[in-house]
Amino acid sequence: MDQNLVNTRVVSRPVRWLYLTTTFFLILTGFGQMPIFKRYYVADIPGLGWLAEFFVTHYIHYLGAIVLLALVAYITADYLILKRNSRRLTATGNSRIALLVGILVSGGLLVVRNLTGTNFSHKFIIFLDVTHLGLVMVFLFVSLYCLILKKHWTTER
Amino acid sequence: METQISRRSFLKGGMAAAAGVAAAGVPGSQALAGPDESKQLATLIDISKCVGCEACVDACSEANAAKYPDPQKPFPKMYPNRVPVEDWSDKQDVNDRLTPYNWLFIQHADVEINGEERELTIPRRCMHCTNPPCVKLCPWGAAQQLENGISKIDSDICLGGSKCKKVCPWDIPQRQTGTGLYLDLMPSMAGNGVMYKCDRCYKKVAEGELPACIEACPEDVQTIGPREEIIKKAHALAKEINGYIYGEEENGGTNTIYVSPVPFEDLNKGIETGKGKPHLKPVDDTMAQANHLAAAMIIAPVAGIAAAIGKYFKRSNTVNKGA
Repeated sequence: MDQNLVNTRVVSRPVRWLYLTTTFFLILTGFGQMPIFKRYYVADIPGLGWLAEFFVTHYIHYLGAIVLLALVAYITADYLILKRNSRRLTATGNSRIALLVGILVSGGLLVVRNLTGTNFSHKFIIFLDVTHLGLVMVFLFVSLYCLILKKHWTTER
Repeated sequence: METQISRRSFLKGGMAAAAGVAAAGVPGSQALAGPDESKQLATLIDISKCVGCEACVDACSEANAAKYPDPQKPFPKMYPNRVPVEDWSDKQDVNDRLTPYNWLFIQHADVEINGEERELTIPRRCMHCTNPPCVKLCPWGAAQQLENGISKIDSDICLGGSKCKKVCPWDIPQRQTGTGLYLDLMPSMAGNGVMYKCDRCYKKVAEGELPACIEACPEDVQTIGPREEIIKKAHALAKEINGYIYGEEENGGTNTIYVSPVPFEDLNKGIETGKGKPHLKPVDDTMAQANHLAAAMIIAPVAGIAAAIGKYFKRSNTVNKGA
């Protein structure tokens, strides 16, 4: 591929900020699905009262998921089309991708569960709830590790 | 029809759940457009027949007594202080509202029918929504909807966070502190007991029997059957008595269909509402707004891929022009 087509940065700054903002709100509203923000006064902070409104956090979580799905598809396609020959995924990059896929799949199944007429088994729903939350927690710790040790998603080939 | 999950197995966490999934398989979703009305069982409540004798209330208590909470006292100190202790264990006889020990009660409304003052009595309990937010939004999967449309709360798993009550348009589930799984986890920091509500005698129904409230009613106020049949009956009855229907469309549709000789707006004005005493107002479909976004989740990746391809062609054109 013509190297002029390839930007060495994997994602542009706006895309990176959109990804960080989206994941921040997804994690915030995801934790908001548990009744903790009111109990622990977070929702009492002026401007954060909406965190105690379950339908609001649920709706924002869905909006965040739409943006994240679009971003993941965009970055993946962009990498495969333009950057695959010049950059390769690192071990921490692969780990985070695997976690993200798990989060998206379990989250997607929970969205299906929420539709009228869907009837998953009780055990499967518990499995999805625990898996979705568990993978997010692991993803957070791995991301923190990568941030502190400056581990990147990709490196030059 | 359904299996109880023991506290121990839940605490074993993912392994137990994964084993369950392996055993049960990943169940397929049915038609996503709406509830399966041939499988979901609904009840028709003919308000004009109810005499308020409370036979259903007594039968409910008797049938479900074994499921009622047996809290440990003193309750663990909970932090922060704002976390409310909700204790009904010393008020188990209260039957004029919903409590953890009373899942069905009779509401009274003074109304005017054909210029005549009359008191109507209305059995009130969980509406068993066709797409119940209490079940769908429970963060732990403690609430579940059975294939026959019954929604129930698993008292072995529920942590008593009361989210189900907050997302219920009628505030049906009621909390008892000092019982349940939270006592084995971090009783001071998370959870606050167990939520309780009508499970429409799911075990009896699974064995082909009638729920206790229906069986005990001397006036045949309630009828149970497949939702599509119950809806037809409700419309026929409403036409016959020139009456009104509640529950068919509320919250996207419920499996409890009331037929009243007076408008529900008037009934709602006549009943006492408040804590443990649900209203009879119109209710929008609370799950609909977010569910409408589900289609966008399918389109979003396509848009992302299109954007990446667009970027490639745009850059190709720029490079070709520059060459």
